[in-house]
Amino acid sequence: MALTGLQIYKLLPQTNCKECGFPTCLAFAMKLAAKQAELSACPYVSEEAKAQLDAASAPPIRLVVVEGPGHKVEAGNETVIFRHEKTFYHPPGLFLRVKDSWPLEQVKGAAKEAMDYIVTYVGMNLHLDGVAVESASGNPEAFAAAVKAVREVTDRPLILMASDPAVLKAGLAAADGTRPLLYAATAENWQAVAEVAKAANVPVAVRADSLDGLADLTEKVKGVGIQDIVLDPGVRDPAGTLVTLTHLRRLALKKNFRPLGFPIITFPGEGASDVIEEAQLAAEHIAKYAGFIVLDRFAPEMAYALLAWRVNIYTNPQEPIKVQPGVYEINNPTADSPVMITTNFSITYFSVANEVDGSGLPGWLLVADAEGMSVLTAWAAGKFDAEKIAKTVKTTGIEEKINHRKLIIPGAVAVLMGEVEEELPGWQILVGPREAVDLPGYLKLWKSF
Amino acid sequence: MPVEIPVEQWPGRVIEETLGATPAEGGTRSRVVKVGGENTLPFMLTDGEMPNPPRIAIEILDQRPKDWSPLLLEAWGDVVDDPAKWAKAAEEAGADLVLLQLSLTRDGGKPTTAADAKALTRAVLQATGLPILVFGPGQVDADNELLVAVAEEAAGERIVLGICEEKNYRTIVAAALANGHLVNGRTAMDVNLAKQLNILIADMGLPLDRIIMDPTTASLGYGIEYGYSVMERLRLAALQGDKMTQLPMLVTPGFEAWRQKEAKVGEGVPASWGDWRQRAVLWETLTATNLILSGADIVVLRHPETVKRVRAFIDRMMAK
Ligand code: B12
Ligand code: SF4
Repeated sequence: MALTGLQIYKLLPQTNCKECGFPTCLAFAMKLAAKQAELSACPYVSEEAKAQLDAASAPPIRLVVVEGPGHKVEAGNETVIFRHEKTFYHPPGLFLRVKDSWPLEQVKGAAKEAMDYIVTYVGMNLHLDGVAVESASGNPEAFAAAVKAVREVTDRPLILMASDPAVLKAGLAAADGTRPLLYAATAENWQAVAEVAKAANVPVAVRADSLDGLADLTEKVKGVGIQDIVLDPGVRDPAGTLVTLTHLRRLALKKNFRPLGFPIITFPGEGASDVIEEAQLAAEHIAKYAGFIVLDRFAPEMAYALLAWRVNIYTNPQEPIKVQPGVYEINNPTADSPVMITTNFSITYFSVANEVDGSGLPGWLLVADAEGMSVLTAWAAGKFDAEKIAKTVKTTGIEEKINHRKLIIPGAVAVLMGEVEEELPGWQILVGPREAVDLPGYLKLWKSF
Repeated sequence: MPVEIPVEQWPGRVIEETLGATPAEGGTRSRVVKVGGENTLPFMLTDGEMPNPPRIAIEILDQRPKDWSPLLLEAWGDVVDDPAKWAKAAEEAGADLVLLQLSLTRDGGKPTTAADAKALTRAVLQATGLPILVFGPGQVDADNELLVAVAEEAAGERIVLGICEEKNYRTIVAAALANGHLVNGRTAMDVNLAKQLNILIADMGLPLDRIIMDPTTASLGYGIEYGYSVMERLRLAALQGDKMTQLPMLVTPGFEAWRQKEAKVGEGVPASWGDWRQRAVLWETLTATNLILSGADIVVLRHPETVKRVRAFIDRMMAK
């Protein structure tokens, strides 16, 4: 936990020499506590005090980074238990597991299918983060070959899974040029695995079936000089996972319990018997505290649902995702193409824009600045009323671009029709369908309006 | 290294409520269903207890749905033409509760009358032994008229009347009071609005154990995070001891998920959305699962396969 100004003051020289630029050590300490000054400004602070201050300012959940040449995943550094308290920062990495006991073509095929997968959601291109290669064979050459095969199809980060340090080493050599996560050090093999991780300077996961055992292991691994640690508390069923991951989050954030202040890795597939069940478990892990999630199944619909859920949970609750207000041209509209209006909440904008785009019909889409609210929310909050609609029409300059005066408003705010007509003399206001899905059908009738 | 498990015990507890009444209690239900009663966050059984698992209600309409996804129509088959048969099928599909949703109009456009509402309620009560909920069409005047009739027809059955909003709560609460029912109080995703409505309803003399709160929700991909967080906040307030939030929560993931294209349609969507059937069930299932994780005590669902999935998840979460 962060120290108070007074606690910091006790660690300073207390000579008030002013070299830091502040009149007293206490004043400097207060600024440090408020994160408005850097400790390095004081030339006289002792090494010991520095270490203590560093330790205290370290995040309660360490940020662990795994990287491939083309992508990286950062997990940890979270500061709250509930997203409404502030926000969740680092979305858990989603990995697909392949095994070295499979034929190499199958390894490649599975990795390629999952890594090539892209889905567009509210204007963002979402994808999975990497591949976990597991040594089921126990054979270093087979493992290295599987790692190589995966790297031929993706440049995203890897998780190397084996219990034999020699196998991990072979995998690391094949993964050269990336920063994978090694999985896993256990009570039995930790020393050798930690040595391998240390030599390669890569993060390592530790696995134990109790929190006591887990804390023992992290202390031992830290003792070897490794800081980047990931936790596997060994639970696989959804109930145990929820409880254990919640305990881990509380220990890190509320108790500042350093031995368990690391991101967590989960394996929803091991607790599930098909795609939908695995998705349910993975969804739980996304909401409740995983840092790395290793999936055993891939299906596009599952990937889409989980990726959307991850964006949802990790959006900043104080700040809806918005798009720029203004005029959007869809499918090369001309002077007699239809004009529609919506709000600048990105989910709203994209559900409308995608429909118009998909219909193949040209259109002008006006986006009002409704402070990032959906149509009805904005309407209820007075941010998308007749006046705002009229203002948007006037300020976007749409009148110069078209040769008609017809505006389609969302069906959800049909009640605004009369008022908008008053605000926009000369315009005819048309009430569009309620749901964007029905827009293509509606736009086909445009010529007849 | 011994690690002290960070148990959190809360001073507050959600009220336990009973839906339905058996003949011994003045109704005709074959069993009652209890909801709420927890003094812990969802499934944190190391902190406290959850005497009742989250319950599943299946939504049925009073007539063949006009704008439902073909997948839903296919899953239910012909029973959608007969609310009584549909209620029975919902019971067989594993529902804990049946929610009858009344429409504004019937038979090609005639407004639904109080007599229609009574007959429909009676038919559903006769077809299933489960406790039921009856929701009006969602327009204040119609709701007032129809729900009063429903409440009278089902007197003594301890049904849940919805939707009770700030605009119309007086009439509906009065009907619940007079006939021994519960109400579902809906507000627009806001902790304070939810509290306020609960206070207004309680002020009319309806005991708190006959109020369910419905904070409104949204679908996966379409604003679910707002509903998720409002429910977490309401539940935390309840556990911290705020009386006016200590009510079980009902949400409608079925309605929300099946409004979205991801569930509703199979054509004209990106290939990256994958298999339609599985996606549709997944969309509803994950919407419901995630809302249960944030505190839902009743989820209203539509597809029988989702019911199985959500039930299996709840069972695993409650297993000791
Ligand atoms: C999430 C949400 C919120 C979030 C805000 C999210 C946001 N960024 O906008 C929060 C929690 C902050 C919120 C707040 C409020 N909300 Co609110 N909220 C919702 C909720 C659950 C979902 C809204 C949503 O995101 N929908 C998804 C988007 C994509 O829908 P959409 O914008 O309408 O777009 C669709 C269509 O309209 C159409 N469309 C859009 N543009 C166009 C354009 C054309 C031309 C056409 C043809 C079609 C079209 O296409 C889209 C897809 O079909 C709804 C209830 C619900 N389940 O729908 C209530 C709801 C909109 N909220 C409501 C209210 C009252 C409020 C508040 C005033 C209440 C309060 N708490 O004080 C506040 C207002 C905000 C403020 N004062 O700051 C009410 C509105 C009631 C009404 N009918 O008047 C609703 C309907 C809930 C209810 N049943 O009471 N809300
Ligand atoms: S430089 Fe260091 S010792 Fe000097 S006043 Fe600042 S904090 Fe105190």
